[in-house]
Amino acid sequence: MEHLLNRPEQKTQNWREDFPILKQQVHGHPLVYLDNAATTQKPRQVTDALNHFYQCDNSNVHRGIHQLSTRATMAFEAARQRAARFLNARSENEIIFTRGTTEGINLVAQTWGTQLKPGDGILLTEMEHHSNIVPWQLLAERTGARLIYLPVMGDEGLLDLARLDDLLGENVKLFACTHVSNTLGTVNPVAELCARARKRGITTLVDAAQSAGHRPLDAQEMGCDFLALSGHKMCGPTGIGVLYGRLELLERMPPFHGGGDMILEVDFFKSTWKEPPHKFEAGTPDISGAIGLHAAMDYLETVGRAAICQHDEALASYAYEKLSALKGIRLFGPKTGRAGVVSFLMEGVHAHDVVTLADQRGIALRGGHHCNQPLMKKLGVDATARASFYLYNTMEEVDYLAEVLREIQEFFEV
Amino acid sequence: MKEPFFEELNELYQEVILDHSKAPRNFRAMDNATGRAEGNNPLCGDRFTIFVRTEDNRIADISFQGAGCAISKAAASMMTESLRGRSVAEAQVLFRQFTDLVKTGHGEIKPEKLSAFGGVHHFPMRVKCAVLSWHAMMAALNGTGDTVTTEEKHAAE
Repeated sequence: MEHLLNRPEQKTQNWREDFPILKQQVHGHPLVYLDNAATTQKPRQVTDALNHFYQCDNSNVHRGIHQLSTRATMAFEAARQRAARFLNARSENEIIFTRGTTEGINLVAQTWGTQLKPGDGILLTEMEHHSNIVPWQLLAERTGARLIYLPVMGDEGLLDLARLDDLLGENVKLFACTHVSNTLGTVNPVAELCARARKRGITTLVDAAQSAGHRPLDAQEMGCDFLALSGHKMCGPTGIGVLYGRLELLERMPPFHGGGDMILEVDFFKSTWKEPPHKFEAGTPDISGAIGLHAAMDYLETVGRAAICQHDEALASYAYEKLSALKGIRLFGPKTGRAGVVSFLMEGVHAHDVVTLADQRGIALRGGHHCNQPLMKKLGVDATARASFYLYNTMEEVDYLAEVLREIQEFFEV
Repeated sequence: MKEPFFEELNELYQEVILDHSKAPRNFRAMDNATGRAEGNNPLCGDRFTIFVRTEDNRIADISFQGAGCAISKAAASMMTESLRGRSVAEAQVLFRQFTDLVKTGHGEIKPEKLSAFGGVHHFPMRVKCAVLSWHAMMAALNGTGDTVTTEEKHAAE
């Protein structure tokens, strides 16, 4: 079997060299890491940047005058400028560092969201991750706003766009939508969706957790008001993320957390805030995380986000084809034009049993509801197994996956 | 020929476990239950309801319904077979023996067939699958009607 894994394309082979973690055996088999929608591996360029910071420049930012603090501050703010270029923001003041997509969305819900009134609508889609549902539920409870959902149509997992304009008309104040579904692999036409919302003066938020490291992103072209991403899903460290927000909105929003670094002046009873983005960044930030994310963005730019997108989509459509050829496999998500995510059910074998057996062959899959419980209920399934791809995955690994799935079916005699 | 799956895997998915997962015993609702409880493993999506009918501190009948992986389903099925006719006190002892067994791989347990779950300890992520229905059974005996879960639950839920 292993021979299948020994002849990936040269370009992929070069990329693989950047990820030392891939060169290991798991349960006696070469690691085949197909859990990239959960978190991606980190290239040496990113771990080197982290090491360099801690070994040479480590200090706190913004408050120090000494040499190390100056270096740390400059590196931290350079990461913000890098993120602004990465997303094509108008200015680095539109870049807020967060812990990840989840915190970015919660920040918007807890600051921008406080203006909502009873009866105001928050439009989401049925394919949102829990992190783009629960913050809005909490906000709805506090303000009396209502949640409305744009439906997903069947196993193919496309949004029912014909209903969008009607639903936007239901006194909707905010439309929040994922760019790429972490379960279905659907790529939503977010620029078009945001344009339709904006025409009605509705504020928009794009969850870019699954897309930021996988395809070119341009916040201005997308036309969204907010966009949230996680560093760890795009070759960066865990614990760092970015919330992009249009400056006009950020300026009008109240602060998120109170504390050091976000204030201009503190009195015993009253304080004044810095301008965005610092208004939203209380306390010592994840300095090394931002520096690691900078390195990750450089890395992705060097490889080329368009090239990664093409590579992911080729793997996903090949996987779709290979898995369709197996009997007793039910696939979810669109047949064509999907991102590098393939969810499936094996008839007669629970997803967790599939994942446990695949692991014994060195394959890292994910099984469960993928933080998409409402969607799973709608699809009428408890859990799916999911393979998700990235630049270092190969066609040979997809062949190997299909082979192992056959073997699992034999084991369970289905 | 491909090499077989690892020994640990055959230990996890023993014949008797595969058999019970495919053809679960006592897989039915119970109208005259004296206690019932739901077991919910929110990270996996495993969800079972355990029904018990006790008479004079003895488990006169026990059954279950729901969906989950092979391990969780077989564990529920074999639990119902093992507990019918036992006293509540015996069920509590067996609960402790079973949870010790799946966590450590060691320990005496009667009926003998439950020792099939000793292999679970090689797979720490799967321990919660094996013990889910047992926790639900304990809640059903207490008649609390609660949902038990393998995760910490907070009041806000």
